[in-house]
Amino acid sequence: MLHRLTRFVTARETGILLALVLVVAVTTLVNPRFLFSGDGFRDLILSPSILLLVAVGQAIVIITRNVDLSVGSTLGLSAYLTGRVFIDAPWLPWPTVFLIGILFGGLLGLVNGALVSFAKVPSLVITLGTLYAFRGINVLWTGSDRINASDMPREFLALGTSSVAGIPYLTIIAVVVLLVAGWFLRTQRAGRELYAIGSDPAAAHLYGLKVTQRTLAAFIVCGALAGLAGVLYAARYGTVNSQAGYGWELDAVGAAVIGGVAIFGGSGTVWGAAIGAYLLLTISRALPVVGVPDFWQGAVVGILILGAIVLDRLLALRTAKRLTDVHAREQKTPSPKGVAS
Amino acid sequence: MTTALAAPARTYRDHGRPLWRRILLTHEMAIIGLLVLVYLAASLTVKGFAGPLTIQYLLPDLAAVLLIALPMTLVIVTGEIDLSVASTAGLAGVAFGIAHASGWPIGVALVLALLVGVVAGAVNGFFITVVGLPSLAVTIGTLALFRGLAVGLIGTDRVGGFPPELRSLALDRIPGTPIPNIIVVFAVLAIAFAVVLHFTPVGRSIFAIGLSSEAARFSGVRIERTKFVLFVVSGLVSALAGIYYALKTNVSLAENTAGLELSVIAAVLLGGVSIFGGRGALHGVIAGVLLIGFIGSALRLAGLTSDVISIVTGVLLVASVVTTSFLARFRRRRVGPGGKKGSPRPVE
Repeated sequence: MLHRLTRFVTARETGILLALVLVVAVTTLVNPRFLFSGDGFRDLILSPSILLLVAVGQAIVIITRNVDLSVGSTLGLSAYLTGRVFIDAPWLPWPTVFLIGILFGGLLGLVNGALVSFAKVPSLVITLGTLYAFRGINVLWTGSDRINASDMPREFLALGTSSVAGIPYLTIIAVVVLLVAGWFLRTQRAGRELYAIGSDPAAAHLYGLKVTQRTLAAFIVCGALAGLAGVLYAARYGTVNSQAGYGWELDAVGAAVIGGVAIFGGSGTVWGAAIGAYLLLTISRALPVVGVPDFWQGAVVGILILGAIVLDRLLALRTAKRLTDVHAREQKTPSPKGVAS
Repeated sequence: MTTALAAPARTYRDHGRPLWRRILLTHEMAIIGLLVLVYLAASLTVKGFAGPLTIQYLLPDLAAVLLIALPMTLVIVTGEIDLSVASTAGLAGVAFGIAHASGWPIGVALVLALLVGVVAGAVNGFFITVVGLPSLAVTIGTLALFRGLAVGLIGTDRVGGFPPELRSLALDRIPGTPIPNIIVVFAVLAIAFAVVLHFTPVGRSIFAIGLSSEAARFSGVRIERTKFVLFVVSGLVSALAGIYYALKTNVSLAENTAGLELSVIAAVLLGGVSIFGGRGALHGVIAGVLLIGFIGSALRLAGLTSDVISIVTGVLLVASVVTTSFLARFRRRRVGPGGKKGSPRPVE
């Protein structure tokens, strides 16, 4: 129990969680309505939910030492497709359309994953290319058209705006996805293999891990989550034009990095990315409340990202030092116990 | 003595491919060839493309990308990346505008804006070379930070009305040609960058860092200092591009040049620079920027929406890197895993 407690207190995610709690606490002190009002609490947990989904997908990809810059474009394209299907095929029940949106996102993820893992080209380049291509297709398809709330069934829109027992559906979906992803990455063999691949792709390959297959799967999941985010985007905002999700890739990567997911793979958790997403958007909403013009929000986000990676670096240096110290001690007094642990 | 010198010279000749292959069968030449092809095809098929008017409209739009692509090439060749260039350009443009609007002499405003770029580059360089953080993560952070500072400084205001003399100095065309003056600035810089990268020891060390930073370190290359200087130069040139952009639009906005970093990186990679570092050439990069630009204006003239250009950019980028990757693998397979005796190891 004590061991678990120490591990929780020293975990990288705890620091970022504390920062989030601090932001909420300070802002609430300034204006109690930030937390203690029906709308305040709802906004607090609702606003970052869609970004959370994208950030979780991004974290999974980054853990394998890749990156997916096309998530914003995937989100936009899936959101528009969802609206389009509602208009062109009104007889389809909304859960089917919901699924179509997710599958479509997964398909775009498959395109990325196939190009990255079969053509052996760095994901940064490929997904930069597909960022343009997907957005271009979106603009070409949408033109100056846009989807309006009246084009979509009421039950579907309720998904993005209603709550059960004070908790928005959107947040419930996001939390369920987060729980499943967190459980999978922590306990399942395939999940652990993603970390192994990200730590050292060549070693993972030599060890016999299915690097190609796992990388492909990571991209498909990331695309599907961006697709899900797109569907929910349509449900929450009601209007979708060709610019939906523009620039989200940086928020998603930023959330993951703030949450302690190392940009070169092999370390970090989806929990961290999720808290990072909450911190990112909560700070944006908190700034005007505490009297900082919200123009400065971008600068704060930048400082947050830099602070997070500097912190990670310091922690890594400390760990490395501890490990070499332990190693040096073992060199002096060789003990079989030390090797076993 | 003579025999000792002759022997390595002969082995060296065995190593290389014939000169014509080394010059013609490169990624850069493929892009230049494609550029010529696109230009010819568009001139023949698209009405109104062939004249000087196309270039007259295109170059002022491309100038900012062309400028930033120069230092970006060097940065990527060392194996790093700078995502903050467009934000630096935006911040410098805003600083320029505010300084001018508060009544400072325009020369002071110019120097101030360029200094902003130097400081921005030094911030990147500090985190990357002194603290030792990955440039991808650092410059995502400073991308948000510098843009955030620009937005914080100016909000939704707009300042402009720059001195017409300065505007015409940047934007007027060289008499008798469709080429704007800024391209002269670019050409001078391009030659300087190309000489440094391809014909000086500094350039060799930049390639060495990208190929193997450990080997470079043991050969006495001062990696940290080189990278630091490159990031400062990147900031400086980005600031110049930002000032140019503000002059061109005659207004400083917080959102000036937003998203330009991706266009620059796409063009640089299309031009044959390897994202892993250690490989690339400036003529390929310049051809890459022009290729995207010409395709864009041809499509626009052909009546397609200008947004198709982003599909073309994306597909071109993906296609070029995928073919390069497959060609490299094909060549490796043909040569065999260890390579032919004496032949250089294929470089990706």
